[in-house]
Parts: sequence; C-alpha cells; structure tokens
Amino acid sequence: MVEKFDAIVIGAGPSGNAATYTLAKAGLNVLQLERGEYPGAKNVQGGIMYAAELERIIPDFREDCPTERHIIEQRIWLLGDDSYIGTNYRSDAFNTDKPNRYTIIRANIDKWWGEKIREAGALQICETTVTELIRNESGRVIGVRTDRVGGEIHADVVIMADGVNALLAKRGGLQKEVAPENVALAVKEIMFIDPAMIEQRFGLKDEEGVVIEIMGKVTKGMVGTAFLYTNKESLTIGIGCLISDFKSGDCTPYKMLEDLKKHPVIAPLIEGAEMKEYAAHMIPEGGYKAVPQLFGDGWMVVGDAAHFNNAAHREGSNLAMASGRMAAETVIEMKKAGKAMSAANLATYKAKLDDSFIMKDLKKYRNLPGIMHENKQFFGAYPDLLNAAAHNLFTVDSVDKKTKENEIMKSFVKKRSPFGLVGDAFKLMRAFR
Amino acid sequence: MSHMIKIEEKLYQNRYIVDESRPHIHIKDAAVCKDSCSSQPCTFCCPAACYSKNEEGGVTLATDGCLECGTCRVICQDKGNVAWDYPRGGYGISYKFG
Repeated sequence: MVEKFDAIVIGAGPSGNAATYTLAKAGLNVLQLERGEYPGAKNVQGGIMYAAELERIIPDFREDCPTERHIIEQRIWLLGDDSYIGTNYRSDAFNTDKPNRYTIIRANIDKWWGEKIREAGALQICETTVTELIRNESGRVIGVRTDRVGGEIHADVVIMADGVNALLAKRGGLQKEVAPENVALAVKEIMFIDPAMIEQRFGLKDEEGVVIEIMGKVTKGMVGTAFLYTNKESLTIGIGCLISDFKSGDCTPYKMLEDLKKHPVIAPLIEGAEMKEYAAHMIPEGGYKAVPQLFGDGWMVVGDAAHFNNAAHREGSNLAMASGRMAAETVIEMKKAGKAMSAANLATYKAKLDDSFIMKDLKKYRNLPGIMHENKQFFGAYPDLLNAAAHNLFTVDSVDKKTKENEIMKSFVKKRSPFGLVGDAFKLMRAFR
Repeated sequence: MSHMIKIEEKLYQNRYIVDESRPHIHIKDAAVCKDSCSSQPCTFCCPAACYSKNEEGGVTLATDGCLECGTCRVICQDKGNVAWDYPRGGYGISYKFG
C-alpha cells in the first residue's frame, strides 16, 4: 500500500520550508523530503534574510531564530584596481526591536526551521533524494519516487522547491534547461574571526552588522557582483558571474575569489580571518522572461526552481519564502473548498504571484538581464572611469579644476564615445524603470 | 598548476559524505570532449575543479569535491555530454554553514 499525503514538498530551503510550515499549520497532512544530511546541508545563501516574509509566516520568529547581525549599514562599492568609489547608508533607526534585514548562516536557519516544521506536525524526512515525479495515465502528477527502497509516495499535490537546478521539473518535461546567460555561478567562503575585530573594523556594537555589495574590476569585465557580509563571529565573502561569461572567459571562479580577497580595499577587512567552508551555487538571473510554467495538474514550482530572483536588488530568499507560502495557501484554499488540485484550480497560485511583489518586481526589471548581458561596460569600464575620476578630483596638485573636469570628461568620451554615453544612460534607464 | 593546490585547500575545509565508487555525474562519451569540444569549458568553470584536461586531449572527471552547483550541466548543454544527477540521499557535499 503506497502512503498518501495531502501534499509533498520537495526540498528544505526557504521556499520549501515556507510551504511545508504553512500547510502543516493549516492542519494538512504534509511530507517534506530533503536530500541533505539535515535541512540546510545542500543550501547556499550569501546571506541576507529579509524579515518581512518570515515574519508573515512565523510572527514571533525573532524569539529563537538564529540570525547573525541586523543590518544597520549598506555599502555599495564600485572597485577599481586599487580603490573603490561608492555609497554607504547607515542609520541608527535600523536598531529597532524588529529589524528588517539580518545577515544569516543558511544552515542554522534551516535547522531551526526544521524543528518548527516538525512541531507544526509535518513529516520532514532527510537523506532522501526524489528521483522523479509519478504521473497517472492522464498525465496528472500523483506523487514522487525516491531513492529509498519502496520509495513511492503519493499526494494530492507536489510542490517542487528543489532549488535552482530544478531537476524534477526538467526530467518531467515541465521546464527547459536554463540558458548559460540566465544563470550565475557564485562562489563564497565563510571566514571566522574574533567578533571584536569585526566590530572594530566596521564600527559596530552588539549585534549590528554591515553588508557590502561590490561591482567592478574584480569580475574581470564579466557580468557579475561580489559581496562581503558581517556575521556574529565570521565574515562571508563571495563573487559570482553569469555562466555564459565564465564559459567564454579564462578566469576560474576560485581565482576570481582569491583576487577579490587580495584586493587592497578588501584585504584589510578580512585579514586574520580563518576560512572554514568554501561553497558554490547557481543563482537564477534571467528574471521575468526566464520564469517557467509554474503549475499544472497536481504540481506547483516555487523559489529558485521557479527562477524567482530579483537580481537588481539582490533579493531571492524573500521571493522564495513568499512563493512557498502562496503555493501552500492555494492548496489550503482548494482543500477547504473540496476542489481538485487541477491546473485550472492551481492557477490561483499564479494569480497570487501576479498580484504580489514577486511578479510585479520581476516584470519591472524584465529588460535588465538582457541589457546587462549585452553591455559589459557597466561592470568594467564605468567602475574604472568613476574611480579614475575620483582619483583625479581628490588629488590636489595645483592643476586648475576646469582642466581636471575636462580630463575626466575626455576619459569618458574616449572610452565610450559621446553616442555611447547617451546610449548607456538610456539603457540604464530602460533596465531599471 | 598553482590553482589546483589552492582549490584543494579550499575543498579540504568542506564536509563530504562520499558515496564510494558511485559518482553522481558522468561524462557520457569521452570522445566528444576529446574530438568535438575545443574549449572544454568544464575544465575552468567548475568551481571545485572536478574536470581536468588529460594527456590524451580529453577530459577527466573526479566528482569527490563536487559542490553540486550544476554549472557543468549548464555549460555543456550544447554538447549534452554531462549526465548530471544528485548523489543518493544523504551523500555528497554537506554544508556546515552554507
């Protein structure tokens, strides 16, 4: 006799956890399958966690959720060869009872969430890889097959939260392979250091944190970004570029990370920190136009597996949590109304997504991935020009200011041509509006 | 091969539960790598340097350090020569921090 659940959720990342927890809290009989040794064992995040979506699902999460530091300062740096130019925003108003953003260590969050999920009454089984979807004769998804002996399990609906690789949807013919220009590869390290050193170097106290988002020379002209985040007793540093660029370039991801760590403005911040883990992960970067079919008879796809990532704002885990919750709410509504988990009924999930920040934001930036992919000057030439301009302006050497301005203007025109400059301004506008 | 030394130092910090003699990724046809793939991007895109050029001009794959990111599958889709699967449940990379 094959066991049957109201719902099966595949994966214990932010989207799968949100879906499982929401379903269990509503009293549904839900099974969550995770291939890792424990929840979080296969997950990688930078990571910044945005509180609003977790708070919506677990209102009192702050009581015991193992977050790292709440973020009081955001830096955005454009790196030159030996410099940066950038913006910082820091505010004491971020020191509230309910901070909006935290740095996190992904595995800690997912272990914590696993306990909540089990307390809520869901069955969470780890060390189990789902190998394929099971369909009935009419093509409807009715369950999954796992790599355990007798590993066939049935459910009214299967929610695929299996991450960026989305192997199940691909194998089931529900998704195409992702194009190399629509996905980035990021590598990162976690480096442990005395918290007093973190607080000293970044001007922090208690559990205050700083995050730095980085662009420029360090990605060797490829489309990509880097980051440095402060945790309680560690720093995470990482860098990622489009896979299409890694494919045509000649710099390995780990060489790029090593060069970032050696950069003259980065090296002093991480000096003396001890590397304890090296991770790699793909990030969906194709945006709105790369979002696959999201539901069908007996199935839905959520989180990274649904390509939900807002590259412009470095947001992914909140889209993951929100989409997991919306998929779960759709199931709960259908269940209450006694309706089947058919494609027609599960279209409610898509309607919820369309009506939320997820699809609204992805749609807003629908042109961004294509424009960035085609215009690498935003990642190489411009950060360089801006750094050189600042260097010129801030070097006081008895050259008159008008001459300096002309030199700076000339450097821009020489690099991009007047037509190119206007075109770039227009492209940026189109990408972000 | 100085970069090889560095990547091994990085991977040494990671926790792996190795599924002995059951690699989860395979090169489908060694001749395709050797004869019809001039750039062999897997050898410089894989973040764990699992793929290396061999003396015969082909590519050798060792999955023990695999981080299960999926990059090799994505870059090889035009050749379709990477059979990519997850390890069995519980095996492979086990991130302590992630």
